[in-house]
Amino acid sequence: MGSELQILTAKNLTVGYKKKQVLSALDLTLKYGKLTCLLGPNGAGKSTLIRTLTGIQKGLSGSVTLDGKEVETISSKELARKISLVLTDRLTPGNLTVYALVSLGRFPYTSWIGTLKDLDKELIHWAMEVTGTLKFADRHIGELSDGEKQKVMIARALVQDTNIIILDEPTAHLDSPNRIEIFHLLHTLAKDTDKTILISTHEIDMAIEHGDDMWLVMPEKNINTGIPEDLILNGALEKAFGSEQLSFDYAKGRFTRKSQLQEVSLNVIGDPIHVKWTKSALERAVFGSAEKSIEIEKVGEAIQWKIQETGKTFNSIELLIKHLTLDENKH
Amino acid sequence: MTGVLSSGLKSRSIVLLLALVVILFLLDLGLGSVRIPVWDTINVLLGKEIENPAWQAIILKIRLPRSITAVLVGAALSVGGLQMQTLFRNPLAGPSVLGITAGASLGVAAVMLAAGSVTTAFSIRQLDIGGSWLIIIASTVGAAVVLLMILAISFKIKDNVVMLIVGIMVANITIAIVSIWQYFSDPEQIQEYVLWTFGSLGGVTNDQLGVLSLIVLAGLFMTFLLSKTLNVLLLGENYAQSMGLNIRRSRILIIAVTSILAGAITGFCGPIGFVGIAVPHLTRSFLNTSDHRVLIPSCVLVGAMLMLFCDIISQVPGSTTVLPVNAITAMIGSPIVIWIIVKRRNLKSSF
Repeated sequence: MGSELQILTAKNLTVGYKKKQVLSALDLTLKYGKLTCLLGPNGAGKSTLIRTLTGIQKGLSGSVTLDGKEVETISSKELARKISLVLTDRLTPGNLTVYALVSLGRFPYTSWIGTLKDLDKELIHWAMEVTGTLKFADRHIGELSDGEKQKVMIARALVQDTNIIILDEPTAHLDSPNRIEIFHLLHTLAKDTDKTILISTHEIDMAIEHGDDMWLVMPEKNINTGIPEDLILNGALEKAFGSEQLSFDYAKGRFTRKSQLQEVSLNVIGDPIHVKWTKSALERAVFGSAEKSIEIEKVGEAIQWKIQETGKTFNSIELLIKHLTLDENKH
Repeated sequence: MTGVLSSGLKSRSIVLLLALVVILFLLDLGLGSVRIPVWDTINVLLGKEIENPAWQAIILKIRLPRSITAVLVGAALSVGGLQMQTLFRNPLAGPSVLGITAGASLGVAAVMLAAGSVTTAFSIRQLDIGGSWLIIIASTVGAAVVLLMILAISFKIKDNVVMLIVGIMVANITIAIVSIWQYFSDPEQIQEYVLWTFGSLGGVTNDQLGVLSLIVLAGLFMTFLLSKTLNVLLLGENYAQSMGLNIRRSRILIIAVTSILAGAITGFCGPIGFVGIAVPHLTRSFLNTSDHRVLIPSCVLVGAMLMLFCDIISQVPGSTTVLPVNAITAMIGSPIVIWIIVKRRNLKSSF
């Protein structure tokens, strides 16, 4: 399997509108079986780029090639068999069953009346199984939660049977467990089915954790590409999202406000997990001056926080912080 | 597997609807100022001799054309409304709300009022086949002009509610043009035009009925050919396009078919409101589906049922009074829709 096979490439591409260039000098490649995250702040031009890559909108200059052909010269019918999309558009047809919606993905392949053959049905069954939507196949779209809807739309894209799936902000309205689930699902799909998946997102931690490849929209209106870890270590990620108030915490792998980066002078010892979360809470509450050591110990089943200098003990981090704040105010 | 069970249920509902249409059709033939027993009605339809030759004449010459017209009107307006609701993805869309009916009225007014005494509404009934084509073409062109204007604006506006408001405004402009035209016309001509706006199923002669049936059947057939397109449009135009649908061509086709259906009906029977909006909702609500391959034939049947029912009421059985059918559709239909909305509470998600 040629894992580095390029399926979609952009050369020296400029995207935008007549009056305004949005992104320029783009050299991008999508590779077989990889999950690529297009990461950038809101309004950075991610959607415009996606529209250009999928041939909906013309690029201002440069070229986009899909399977060796200029994307603009491919008919929309042919394109529908090569790229499927999951968009941010809200779904209104509440009376459509999940099964009926997913089977609409066979649109490019079925006859004029849209009859499903056995092969189509097998594919629909498979797509609903891997996305975990089979169990509510007979329910109506209007009854689903946002997370379930998004999975249904991914199943629909799978049914379209394309090598490339492009998703525009697929986790925008979702809660955190659903976000993780969707990213995990997409990563697994890319790995197991050799699909090429591109997600646009502004969720940095998700992109770092699940993306095989990252396209990072930079403040200079171009895009840096590479695997997430390389882009972290060469400082590109911090440059892309950082600001005067915001900087990337390289140890923790997330962005933090600069004022919070104050190191805690308190010495915390004990079980590493408890130490981590205790420190995290103390950092938020901001303690500077007083030199104190805190020991976390197990008393039977319960956990206790003990200030070694005074010997005082607390049953929760909240109580510990309350005490320390009072203490500090006295000084 | 899923889907099999529900498709069996759907075909059973369609058979049930078909049976209801047949029953209402027979009732419509039998009821009126003269009451004719059902068996005699059936015998007349089967071409057998019955004891009362007057009944035979009443059924074949007067009531049969009117009942067939009712079926055609119900079917055409319902399917037109269904297409509009799917195209604009708006539950309030329909031929009358979006000004298609108003456009058709403008076309008819142009023929009636401008042509002066040569072609008044009264003479529509005496028109030969050529004349009926004139009315159909005028109202269809009128409907299409309004729809094309709305379509042109819809390229600029993405929001469906705004689109609907624009449609209502365009309808108002059209109605205003007709009023100005009326203001400068002769009283007799105005009277004929006003009579036409009340709506009538009885004014269609046998010759004209052939023309009307041909147009409506062709329109229904074309709509059925579009059912896959309409289904994929349920997901919105962006998704439809990503699946390879030619949006511009589909829009034009859908609008053309709707203009022909609504235009032809309006030309012959007057602007009949309400049916186009209500029937698609009733059908979706009863069958619990959005699949146009089921919805189109079902809308034909439900629309026919509703119009037959309204026609029976408008004849006021047992009396010689005939009420304007346009008033009856709204008077009977609106409470039905309100009742359905309150009872099922799924109109909002039904689209």
